[in-house]
Amino acid sequence: MSAFQIKKSGTVYDAIVVGSGAGGGMAGYVLAHAGLKVLMLEAGPFFDPLKDAQQLKFSYESPRRGASTTRPFGDFDAAFGGWELDGEPYTTKDKTEFNWFRARMLGGRTNHWGRISLRMGPQDFKSHHLDGLTDDWPITYDDVKPFYDKVDRLIGIYGTVEGLENEPDGIYLPPPKPRLNELFIKQGAAKAGVKVIPGRGSVLTEALPGNKDRGACFFCGQCGRSCKVYGDFSASSCLVIPALKTGNLKVIPNAMVREVLTGANGLATGVSYVDKQDLQEYEVKAKIVILGASAGESARLLLNSKSTSHPNGLANSSGVVGKYLHDSTGASLSGFLPQLMDRKRYNEDGVGSVHIYTPWWLDNKKLDFPRGYHIEYGGGMHMPAYGFGNGIQNLNGLVPGRDGKMKEAGGFGASLKDDYRRFYGTQVGMAGRGTAIAREDNYCEIDPDVVDKYGIPVLRFHYKWTDAEIKQAKHMQETFQSIMHEMGAIITSKIPGADTNYGLEAPGRIIHEVGTVRMGDDPKKSALNKWCQAHDCRNLFVVDASPFVQQGDKNATWTILALSMRTSEYILDQRKRLILS
Amino acid sequence: MKRRESLKAIGLATLSTGLLLDSCSPDKAKVPLAPVASQPPAPADEVGRQAYEIARDKELHAATFFTPHEMATLTVLADIIIPKDEHSGSASDAKVPDFIEFIVKDIPEHQLPLRGGLRWLDLQCATRYGQPFVACTSAQQLELVTKIAYPKRATRDMLAGVAFFNRMRDLTATGFFTSKMGIADIGYVGNTPNRWTGVPADVLKQYGMEHV
Repeated sequence: MSAFQIKKSGTVYDAIVVGSGAGGGMAGYVLAHAGLKVLMLEAGPFFDPLKDAQQLKFSYESPRRGASTTRPFGDFDAAFGGWELDGEPYTTKDKTEFNWFRARMLGGRTNHWGRISLRMGPQDFKSHHLDGLTDDWPITYDDVKPFYDKVDRLIGIYGTVEGLENEPDGIYLPPPKPRLNELFIKQGAAKAGVKVIPGRGSVLTEALPGNKDRGACFFCGQCGRSCKVYGDFSASSCLVIPALKTGNLKVIPNAMVREVLTGANGLATGVSYVDKQDLQEYEVKAKIVILGASAGESARLLLNSKSTSHPNGLANSSGVVGKYLHDSTGASLSGFLPQLMDRKRYNEDGVGSVHIYTPWWLDNKKLDFPRGYHIEYGGGMHMPAYGFGNGIQNLNGLVPGRDGKMKEAGGFGASLKDDYRRFYGTQVGMAGRGTAIAREDNYCEIDPDVVDKYGIPVLRFHYKWTDAEIKQAKHMQETFQSIMHEMGAIITSKIPGADTNYGLEAPGRIIHEVGTVRMGDDPKKSALNKWCQAHDCRNLFVVDASPFVQQGDKNATWTILALSMRTSEYILDQRKRLILS
Repeated sequence: MKRRESLKAIGLATLSTGLLLDSCSPDKAKVPLAPVASQPPAPADEVGRQAYEIARDKELHAATFFTPHEMATLTVLADIIIPKDEHSGSASDAKVPDFIEFIVKDIPEHQLPLRGGLRWLDLQCATRYGQPFVACTSAQQLELVTKIAYPKRATRDMLAGVAFFNRMRDLTATGFFTSKMGIADIGYVGNTPNRWTGVPADVLKQYGMEHV
């Protein structure tokens, strides 16, 4: 007998869900609660924030004091993974750049995300009329609204009702109050003509009505580490772990899916995967296959699932799979507020999501770039961690000392030690997150020459920014400087110019990549219909950020959750009507 | 679940009662735990860490980078940068040299600039004072440090020393202010369950922010 064989299971599940993040987690949650027998495959280990979160540790409990050596967002950050994974490469093409962040763990990237939970607005779903640069979604805000509402109630979100046209309001818990530096921002921004409103985040600032399993936030400000009392949204704590309790969901961790299997009739029959621990090959079967592996991984899976019925890859007769990849734009600026030197100490950790933010407030018809951005703000008296005090020689020569005289930059000794105290908590930062145009020629495809350590062909990216994004970043920098000036801050970052695209981050860095398996009414121009169901394969669905036609300047997670819930309810409805088995 | 119950669930029941404004709910709802495989419990600092991270940390802790002479020099420098004062102890009291020994193994890009910088320092001292840095008098040590601690006035021949000292100052500050002693000194009072209700009234008044 050959030592290499594929283990085939006889069980036929009602549905297989690939991936356990926001999209996969929600599908598993809805379907398991409806009584379907669901198998979920996750490429990383099981992760339960209750047990595994690094929450409430002090910096000295890390030998590297929280440095980002093995975890890109710091030693206590919840994400297992990062920009580069050992043995799982990706490549780029034509000297373009794309950074791909992958978290291999139950709940995926939702364990460490910023919890900024914004709805896309009516204009974000139908934006073609604005300037002809983008395609419309086949659905409207009104189609998604009931699901946004249900997600708000199920998961919990804070915010305020503002009545802004393209920033639809939700069903909110009270937002956290602004910190001191945020009051300065609010004041300065108002003078600069920039609107600032309370943040919108999926953190339980109060107990979630009707939910006994999740604790209310206790304001440690460490959502990025994931929450032991489930006080914020992670797909692990809020969706997958509750779904396991129904008895209808089975999770196989460390299962790296190779391809979606199809039968002679072209329909999906299941998936094949390699177990990362025993390195054995498996095939599992289901009546429905649902991909929630991430915009990159779902496209990769479909393109790797070639068969006689689907020679171009599954769900790809249109050839659009992998195309229209787009990440949010991002640029930032930081400085400090001299008027906050020697400030009084108190606990202002607050929540780990934004306390305030600026929704897009201008009219692009009067600007030289087509789409807008929102601004996120930071700063304050945080726990000192690796990097604390760096570059004091660039700060302490800028302001007078306690004696009123200017000091010489740099130094050492008791006077330097005192400077660290004086500057503590004065920092302020702002970061723009903007709409990038979805373009056919920004894409990922299979690299024909490279496989990962499991023998799976890897993704190759091709992505370029254009003037639409670069001019937007320039505008961000001008806005940031104007707010900094109005609030009396001293800018400490080098102000980026045209040579660096005004500080515009490389594609992928904002980790909002979407659009690779887009939906649409026309099967020649889209891979999925408006229910996220493959045009070419009616028992195949995609529930992560891949179906997005055009992202707004809104972080993707809340829309992923709403769309996945909508698709899951559609599946239930189709089964009830015996259209799907 | 109310805040108090959720904190009990993770073993944080010993809070001062004034911190939490929620009413204490009498029903002690049991927190349902997610299914956890039955294995021997891992040491506290290994829970939630990936196997390769645990192995890597052990390897780094077992290795030694700096020679005893280099460590002695680092220690004198760290204490010149952050000395004991009326608020707290010195860099070496907060074990900053041990942190630097670890971090150069963890982030190897520090290794060459620090090793080379220490050697540069000794050579300067040997030329000027006929001794390595640690054997110099305190006045001699401060005289040399003063030449490299102020980037704007440093002479051209001292620039390599400035770059070294900037790095050394950064690592010393990080090592000190991330230690227990340094966190107490800087006055960070968070990382503990509480209820954030906004900027305290006296602070709002101090900055005239009552109505913003």
